[in-house]
Order: sequence, then structure tokens, then C-alpha cells
Amino acid sequence: MTKAKLLWAALIAIAPLGAETFVIKNATVMTVTRGTFKGSVVVKDGKIADMGETVATPAGATVIDGTGQYLIPGIIDCHSHIAADGGINEGSVSVSSMVDIRDVINPEDIAIYRALAGGVTTANILHGSANAIGGCTLPLKMRWGKDAQGMIFEGATPGIKFALGENPKRAGNPQGGRGGAATVQARYPATRMGVEDTIREAFNEAKAYKADWDEYNAKVARGEHPIPPRKDLKLEPLKEVLEGKRFVHAHCYRADEILMLLRVADDYGFKIRTLQHVLEGYKVAKEIAAHGAGASTFSDWWSYKAEAFDAIPYNAALMTKKGVVVSLNSDDAELMRHLNSEAGKAMKYGGMSETEALAMVTLNPAKQLGIDNRVGSIEVGKDADLVLYDKFPLSDYAKVQKVLIDGTVYFDRDKEVSGRPAKQAEKQKLIDKEKQNQQRQQPRGGRATQGGQGE
Amino acid sequence: MKLLGILVGCAVAALAASNDTVLIHNADVYPVTGAPMKGVSVLVQDGKIADIGPKIVAAKGVHVVEAKGLRVYPGMLDSGTELGLSEIGAVRETVDTGELGEFMPQLRALIAVNPESEHFPVVRVNGITSVMTFPSSGGRGGGGGRFGGGEQQMISGQAALIHTDGWTWEDMEINRSAAMHLIFPSIAGRGGRGGGGPAPDSTVLELFGGAGAGSYTAARRAYEQQIAKINDFFDDARKYMKAKAANAPGFQRDLKFEAMIPVLERKMPVAVSASRASTIHDAIAFADKQNIKIVILQPRELGKAAAELKEKNIPVILGRVLALPETEDGAYDEAFTLPAEAYKAGVKFAFGTFNNEFVRNLPYQAATAVGFGLPYEEALKAVTINPAEIWGVSDRVGSVEKGKVADLMVTDGDPLEIQTQVKYLYIKGKEIALTNKQTRLYEKYMSRQ
Repeated sequence: MTKAKLLWAALIAIAPLGAETFVIKNATVMTVTRGTFKGSVVVKDGKIADMGETVATPAGATVIDGTGQYLIPGIIDCHSHIAADGGINEGSVSVSSMVDIRDVINPEDIAIYRALAGGVTTANILHGSANAIGGCTLPLKMRWGKDAQGMIFEGATPGIKFALGENPKRAGNPQGGRGGAATVQARYPATRMGVEDTIREAFNEAKAYKADWDEYNAKVARGEHPIPPRKDLKLEPLKEVLEGKRFVHAHCYRADEILMLLRVADDYGFKIRTLQHVLEGYKVAKEIAAHGAGASTFSDWWSYKAEAFDAIPYNAALMTKKGVVVSLNSDDAELMRHLNSEAGKAMKYGGMSETEALAMVTLNPAKQLGIDNRVGSIEVGKDADLVLYDKFPLSDYAKVQKVLIDGTVYFDRDKEVSGRPAKQAEKQKLIDKEKQNQQRQQPRGGRATQGGQGE
Repeated sequence: MKLLGILVGCAVAALAASNDTVLIHNADVYPVTGAPMKGVSVLVQDGKIADIGPKIVAAKGVHVVEAKGLRVYPGMLDSGTELGLSEIGAVRETVDTGELGEFMPQLRALIAVNPESEHFPVVRVNGITSVMTFPSSGGRGGGGGRFGGGEQQMISGQAALIHTDGWTWEDMEINRSAAMHLIFPSIAGRGGRGGGGPAPDSTVLELFGGAGAGSYTAARRAYEQQIAKINDFFDDARKYMKAKAANAPGFQRDLKFEAMIPVLERKMPVAVSASRASTIHDAIAFADKQNIKIVILQPRELGKAAAELKEKNIPVILGRVLALPETEDGAYDEAFTLPAEAYKAGVKFAFGTFNNEFVRNLPYQAATAVGFGLPYEEALKAVTINPAEIWGVSDRVGSVEKGKVADLMVTDGDPLEIQTQVKYLYIKGKEIALTNKQTRLYEKYMSRQ
């Protein structure tokens, strides 16, 4: 980290308030599961304690006036790469299940704060798509100011990233794909056929590995004293997939590869938890629904690469109509900041209702991540992860006013805006101080070059 | 039965051939250049808006569109696209932006526009009836060939203003040489958006950049050299122009310099990609020195340059409003509030999306700007009449006014709101089918059992 980066890091930290009791009053409350009503929500001990057209204000509660404003559950992004400190792709192997996003969480990534400012309270942080089987993943809560451990969505089922199509086969392409990296040694696979084989080979191994452990455990249970099998860090997460203890989040685009993966999973007896991107999911919605996989897609991205050329903005609505649980994700630190209006596009393209559309960025991603018992809707007993908007939220006119996670205010637009002059002054002070330091240290000029400027 | 079919077919064809006049009846008309008019009709004839008023009676045979409760707006204009030149971003064979060569003013985007691009019908259904299409993306890998391996571009060629419908590029043309595209150098990387990600401001660079190779001082020197190079090119072009006018002995035609003459005569503006306030300031100084008309493309900050832009009447094309801050400590909403800042400073501006994929979201980026302080009417102008004025075609497009080209969208609500649907669309008076590859795929796969 350079001095410049340290300086910025010092500037951006905003300490959230402690967990208080709040009553958010007179807002339009869009609960997702309990309809939409004009009324109030009580937040206590980090949970939603009460809600309704009228509520009793607990003693000592701080009142947030929501008049004319809209309250929705915290937005959940089922596909993000923020806060991962550049540790996105271990591209040297086609099966990289031994690596884990948990090890590279950067709680000081400014993208976390920006996501908060866009109403995101939980994000599924995924490994990249360079490998047919990628690294282990996990959801984070956007608890800006906490350390890496404090960001982790406690109790959530961990995941693993799979990837199909152009990205995993790119490293095997003699042309080196987009970047033209012809000097890099080719890596198997180079085709969609090879991607299937890579996944099958891995699960072939994983099944045998699991059988060894099952046999060992059975012997132990019988009171025998066998020698345990050697622990394999690559196969361990795949064994967990076979046991249903780890969710598969599979990057995919084309209908053929989607169907392929569903059939591979059927053959090996595991489930695909979510299909990510899944831009041609609309072509095989029936098969996706039958398998029980969720679909996490873009609202309207298309045409950026060959496998995205048949993408349609009706994808989310069509899959929903065919019985698939659909979420809208960002895969992008910018898009992540307005998933609310991305959900609005599901109303425009395909006629989803307000609730169906809002569910695509709240309840449905919660279901896909297996955390809908905690988050994803406004219900008594659920985590107080809430976003207050000044206008109807499924629109680009709306802006986030306040964001609560676990009943704590993590973003407050008024404070953000009113705090800017002080931050600017602090920055100027640090710059001035550094200038003075440099003048003192190098009286005769010709100072040494600073290494590692920027990134 | 068969005979009847043929007869009906003939009658419809005859009608269509003899009369493409349309009366949009009893709509609410939002001309943008004037106050909205409730319950009026718009007569479209010979590709033009023939009349607007409450009591227009349709002549016999005129196609009447009942538009009670619907709204009529001018079609929207996106001031920053590569439409027609780039089909699939990652597939080189389908991309014609970013030619090799540093100074390529003779290149014309217009002649590479593929009228059958799938992007045109996709953007049309959201009400985009015309676009500026650029020979280079000017920042996003643009220059030196988008796929790498050449010199960085300075002048990428001539941008064209086109309709989003037409049989040929000639048919689509509104202004074939609406602007010359110059990618102004910048200290912290090149191009309109600073190439490789966010760059710290010059104060921080100066402070922490050191003095060796790759330092701020070296970058500053390289920057000044590049500007000198551009000045040299313009000076040479001016010498050429004079030699040509004087019919100097031994004069030889040069296609690069020839293409520069309209620029030097101030007949064609130069669209200058410049992202930071200091770069904009330098671009303005350059324009003054060369006595040329400029339009700033994709600024990411205005700062002190705003006053200069206003004073010199230099318009600005704002890039994506939904963008991350340029620097790590930039305000999270700095891109969202930039349009309001431009408005408050009195700078004239229009919007561009600068990515084919997102052209259809042009109205929504305008909406974000409204959410963050831009008056609604100004946002609407920035996708209609403002760009028409900036690109010199406001006598033809950009508003609903008698005598103008009938580029119209008929909507069921506020066009900047996501949920609003375009119900009818007219380009040059022709009704456009609101279908595309995506609607066809939707219907096909909805019907799958």
C-alpha cells in the first residue's frame, strides 16, 4: 500500500453508529412477503421487532421520519467481486477449488461503502470465471468499518464458483482469447466439450474421495481404528458439494452449456444452486425449473461478447413465469449501486409486478443463498437490513437516504453530504503535511522515485 | 377467399404506397421547446410534422392513431455511440472502431454503418431515433485499434449523426460529418476516460509521483509533447489550406489535410474527449489557439473549467451518469451530480451513453441526473433539443414542431421512467415496428411448452 492509498483509506472511514432502537415512521413499506403498506417499522436489537400501519414506539427509540419515503429490505447482490483484494482468478489450473475468497477479503475496499450507498446490504463474493471449477465463495454483509471476519454473513452456507463457456476455455485457446496472450501456455480445456470433461473428471475423483471417507467414517462408527484417507484440499469442497453442504454458483451463458451442467449434476447426484448470468436461461427455463436451480442474471446486458448476443432483457421475467427463482445481480461495482432500478426493468421487460421485481434483488437472492430465514424481506424477527429511498425505489429517480444492517445505520446520505467539507479539509491538511515533510527531507530537491505509484 | 385476400392485400398496399400520412389523434404533446399541449393532434406527412393542433381533421385515407392518454415526445438522440460500427464488443471481426494511425481525420464513421445491425431495432424500441456514431470509443480502449497493437489515436476520424433506421447509410444520414473526433491527451493516462482506471488528481500525483521515469514530471513532459504534436498537425493543415486557396505551385492533394479544412473553417466542430478539469482547460486553450469550434466529450469533472465552458459557449456531452467515482476518495455520487453541476454553472450539455450496449438506457441515465439535482425539463432537453443544437441540426430534429422531421415517440408516460413503454415510434414519418431480435426470441421461447 502506497502512502497515497493509506491517505485515502484514512479519509474514507466513517464509523457507523451503534445498534439502537429505531422507529421508521410513516413510510411506504414494501415488505416483499407481507405486501406494501403505509406505516412504521420498529427495529430493536438488530432485528425487525414490529411493523404495521400503527406501532407502539418503544421507550428511548430514535424516530426516523419516513414521510413520503419508501422502505425496502436491504438489497442482496448474488454476484459480486468487490472486497476481494484482486484475488479473483487463480487461473493457472482448470480446477481451483482449493482457493477461497475468505482468505482475501479486504474490508477497506471503498466499493463496500459505495455498494451500501446504493442500498446493498449483502453480497455474494465470488471467485472469477477463469476455471471450469473455481474457488470457494461466501456471502458478506456490507458492514463498512468492521474487519474481514466481521463482514462475513455468519452461518451462511458457503459456495463454490463454476464457469462454463468462453471464459474457462479462453486460457486453452491458442489465440489466447481477447487479450491476445499468445505466449501463455495453453491450458485444458479449450472447448465447451473440454469444460464438461473437466467437471466430470473432478467429480469422478471427488466421488471416489468421498467414498474413501465414507468408508473410513463407517469403520470409525463401528469402533474400528482405520487409517484416515489423506485430506485433499482440492477435493474437499467438491465432497461438500456432493454432500449438499456447499452451493454451486455456476457462471454460464448459452443454453447448451446450461443443460450440460444440469445433466452432469444429475449424473453425479448434486444440485446446481444458482446459474449465474445464465443469459440464455430463457431457452431452457423448463429444464432449469425441473432441476430446481436458481437463476441470477443481468437485467439488460448483451452483445459484449459472442455468447451474450442472444441475451434478452425479458430473461428474468420469462424464467420467473416458467417457475424459476430469479435474481438480478451486478457482477460490477458500479451496477451494484442501482440494482433497485435494474429490478424496475423486470417490470418494463416482461411485465413483472412491483413485488416480483423487488423480490429479484431481495428475497430471491436470499433464497438462492439460503439466507432467506434471516434477510430478503421485511418481517418481524428478520435482520433489520433496511433501505430508505426518497422516491419509488424501482426507478432511477430514487436515491438511497439511509441503510441499516443488523439495526445499525451504515449509510446516511445527510451525514455523507454534510461531512464532505470536513473530509476535504482533512485531506488538504494531510497533503500539506506531506508537502512539508518532503521539503524537510529533501532540501536540495531530486527526491527519490516512489515505488509502486497507484496500481 | 383467396381472391378476397388478394384484394385486401392490394387495397392496403395501395394505401400505403399512395399515402404515408398519419394523424396522431388526441394526444398530450410535449414539444420540449415549448409548453406541453393536452389533447392535441399531430399530423405527419411526407416525413415531416405537417401540423399540430386541437382541431386537425384527417383527410380521407389518412391513417389515424388514437392516442388518448398517450404522450408525444421528440425521439431521443444519444450523443455518444458506436452504433452500426460495433456489433459484439469482444469479437474483433464485428468491430470497426479504433483504426490504426495517430491522425486520421479522413476516416468517416458514416460509411461503416451497418444498417442491419441488431442494435438499431434494440435501441429504437426505447425511443432512440438518432445517434452520434463515433469512429472510436475515445477512452475505452479506443485508439490504436481497440484490440491493441498500434499507436494511440489522436484524431480518430469523423463522427456522424444518423437516424436509427434506414435502408442504407446514406438513407440514415442526418449529418455525415457532425464532428471531428479528437482524443485529447491527459497526464494521468490517455483519452476521455483516462484509460486504465481511476487516476489520482494532479496534486496527489505531483506529491507522490517522484521525479524519475514514470513520475509526474515525466508524464507532464510527455503530455506537453503530445499537445505540441497535435498543434503541429493543425498548423500543417492550415498551411495546406492556404496553399490550396492560393493554388500554390506544386500543390498536391492530401486527404488528411483536406478533411481538416471544414474544421479550420469552423464549419465542423471538434469533439474532444477530455475527462479532467485541467485537461478541459488545456483543450479550451488549444481550441482558442487554433480558432476551432469544440464540444467536450465525457468530462468526469468540471471544476474550474465550468466557468470557462460557459464563458466560451462550449457545449459538453456528458458520458454515463451511472459511473463510479474517478478516484478512490471521490464522492460516491460525483458522476450522478455532474449534470446538475453543469446545469448550475450554465454549461450547455447533452447526454451520451458511450457504449452500444447501454444506448437504450439513455433516458434512465437522464433520470439518475434528475434524482441527483438536475431539473427534469433540463434532463429531457439533454436527450432531445440540446444535442440537436450542439450537432447543428436543430432546424430538423430534437423537438415536436411544425416543419421538423417527424422523429416521434408516443409513450404511455414519462419517457425517463423505466416502466414507461414506447407505444408507437416514427422515424422520418415512417412508423417503426417495435420489435427486434430480443422481442422475437422472447415470444418464441415464451411459447415453448
